[in-house]
Amino acid sequence: MAVQDASATRLADKPPKVAFWNDPVKRGYLFQAILFLVVAFLIYEAAANAIENMRKQNIASGFGFWNVTAGFDIGQRLIEYSNTSTYGRAFWVGLLNTLLVASIGIVLATFLGFVIGIARLSRNWLVQKIATVYVELIRNTPLLLQLLFWYNAVLKALPEVRNSAALPGGSFLNNRGLFMPDPTFGENFRFVVLAFVLGVIGCFIYGRWAKKRQDETGAQAHYLPVAIGLILLLPLLVYFLAGQPMTLTYPNLGRFNIQGGLQIFPEFVALVVGLVIYTAAFIAEVVRAGIQAVSRGQTEASYALGLKPGPTLDLVVIPQAMRVIIPPLTSQYLNLTKNSSLAVAIGYPDLVQVFTGTVLNQTGQAVEVIAITMLVYLTISLSTSLLMNWYNSRKALVER
Amino acid sequence: MSGTATSPAQSVAFVRATPAQVLPPPASMVGVVGWMRQNLFSSPANTVLTLAMALLTLWVLPGFISFLITDAVWSGADREACIARNGVVPGACWAFVRDRLNFFIYGFYPIDQRWRVDLFFLLGAIGVAWMLWQKAPRRDIGFYYFVLVLPIVSFFLLSGSSILGLAPVDTARWGGLMVTLVVAGVGIVASLPLGILLALGRRSKLPVVKFFSVLFIEFVRGVPLITVLFMANTMLPLFLPDDITVDKLLRALVGIGLFASAYMAEVVRAGLQALPKGQYEGAMAMGLGYWQMMRLIILPQALKITIPNIVNTYIGLFKDTSLLLIVGIFDFLKAIETARVDPQWAAPTTSATGYAFAAIVYFIFCYGMAVYARSMERRLSVGDKR
Repeated sequence: MAVQDASATRLADKPPKVAFWNDPVKRGYLFQAILFLVVAFLIYEAAANAIENMRKQNIASGFGFWNVTAGFDIGQRLIEYSNTSTYGRAFWVGLLNTLLVASIGIVLATFLGFVIGIARLSRNWLVQKIATVYVELIRNTPLLLQLLFWYNAVLKALPEVRNSAALPGGSFLNNRGLFMPDPTFGENFRFVVLAFVLGVIGCFIYGRWAKKRQDETGAQAHYLPVAIGLILLLPLLVYFLAGQPMTLTYPNLGRFNIQGGLQIFPEFVALVVGLVIYTAAFIAEVVRAGIQAVSRGQTEASYALGLKPGPTLDLVVIPQAMRVIIPPLTSQYLNLTKNSSLAVAIGYPDLVQVFTGTVLNQTGQAVEVIAITMLVYLTISLSTSLLMNWYNSRKALVER
Repeated sequence: MSGTATSPAQSVAFVRATPAQVLPPPASMVGVVGWMRQNLFSSPANTVLTLAMALLTLWVLPGFISFLITDAVWSGADREACIARNGVVPGACWAFVRDRLNFFIYGFYPIDQRWRVDLFFLLGAIGVAWMLWQKAPRRDIGFYYFVLVLPIVSFFLLSGSSILGLAPVDTARWGGLMVTLVVAGVGIVASLPLGILLALGRRSKLPVVKFFSVLFIEFVRGVPLITVLFMANTMLPLFLPDDITVDKLLRALVGIGLFASAYMAEVVRAGLQALPKGQYEGAMAMGLGYWQMMRLIILPQALKITIPNIVNTYIGLFKDTSLLLIVGIFDFLKAIETARVDPQWAAPTTSATGYAFAAIVYFIFCYGMAVYARSMERRLSVGDKR
């Protein structure tokens, strides 16, 4: 018995000998080693070829071009830029223009998308059908086609400068864009800004206090009027108290051009309109799916407790739907940001148009320029993903 | 009530013994009026909303119809047909589309060789019908026809081959809808197997495989397609040895194919994750190896539940082919862009007509795929219903 036991344990200690190609662990190592070598070889070959080809074609390498004078103009810019600025400066102009379009687009697309998403679930037949037609029509045609349509067929068809349409408030609309009064801020305007910041902080504090009071006593606070008073009326009051420290420069309609004023470029308008209308259709579907994911029992229970349809949507449906909505909504925001690179097709000076377009053509340094551009988009995408994962983990349903 | 043995109907004279006649619902609750009261005018707010939307529809729809149909110009030889007469601008200039239709479809493909493109369309249509029609005979052959025979035959058919006696046609002369369909087709055929491999790699237990898969997927999904196309266009020639020149269309195909496969990988991964662990364990308990398990047990189920999402990815891919015009490929949208600025057809509504036509064509393809995806979704959910 004892001998038998000993031999049995010895057998268990020593697994039967198998050929290494039949051992999943060893085979795994081998496979990984091969894959690693293949990838490394491909990267090495590509790099060697690139260096060789660039040497032959006399393309400079490195990031020395960053501080070289660019020598081209950019129509729309948020920071100082002229044709004597450097390529590096052009990069920042392009990046800021991308971020401007993306942030405005995200705000407007969210608003429109939620409206249409809720309209798609409306019990009103006409509203629901119109929303459905909108979503199907927009989602099934390419964004680029829509952008070209807005730019070439709508905005370029506006009247020429001399026939500009005069809008109320001293603005002009023509095929070079929308010309609006340009505000110049005086010394005392900082008080208005200060009042606005204080208003926002005050709103936040009031909200915390109101929630605490409601949790303790059940008394509901009138949040909206207080918020309007603090954020809108307070700065307005300070504005008049400070002696209206803002002057408007009105655009001047000349024979061939418009002098002064704030010009909003048609490229910008076309891009924002196109992106908002396109992304809103996708956001609408996300919102619809999110609301439908909340079971009917939740709504019915809420009605049974005596809540009206409005509060039911506010307090019961939307908070639960948001859990489902947030992750795909984030990816729609990222899609909008990435899609803003289609600006290159209508000539809006975003990152891709300025940097991957003009700078690449002038310097010929494809590797560096494309690497920088991709790095920017990767940084935006990955940091947004991280932020949203963090938010999601906070908001996720805590189960028993 | 309590204690009485006789039924109420017998003891109380005024209780009726037979059920009352069911009255028809009030006239205002049935038929057209009832439907309208329920769906359009259920509350004051709803009534206001309905009226506002009806006004909006009445404002937009007649303009659309008159532009596209009633005021449109249907025939004519050049711009004279579509320019304003007596200060009145006519509607859509369909004469322009009719005149340029061949250009939109074939681009600069030699006129006497265009039957080859037509044959390609026919073969493609047969392949698509064979794959999609659930009751078609021998769908297994249809699959191989679609992923193997069709690409090879199409390649020789379109680019030419001396053995078959077909004159070579340079890809620079390809254009229009044909290029859009070629690129979309290659993307569709190539992205699924690549995407499956990447998805399996991402879920692999081997760290090196997983690392490369995650790196590739996250990298491609984090950047816009246009930068991938720029990269394929300008950097691919740099990375290859001097003596290899890559065709411009092929570069774009590589870019689109890699881009689509990264998105496909995430779709397939979602399907793999949706399968219960028991399926994997069951397959392993049966003694199946990794590839046997994937091929026979896991992938058939995972792909089945992701068919709607795969088709949605294809819709995105089809729309994305329009970006090729930015890197100078002569696709369908580029053909429209070129034709609409042609002075021969310079008229006020030429651009809008061109875009309307492009929108209709893209819509037909994409909406067709969407309808198919929805019907598949319904079919697949039938089996899971209890």
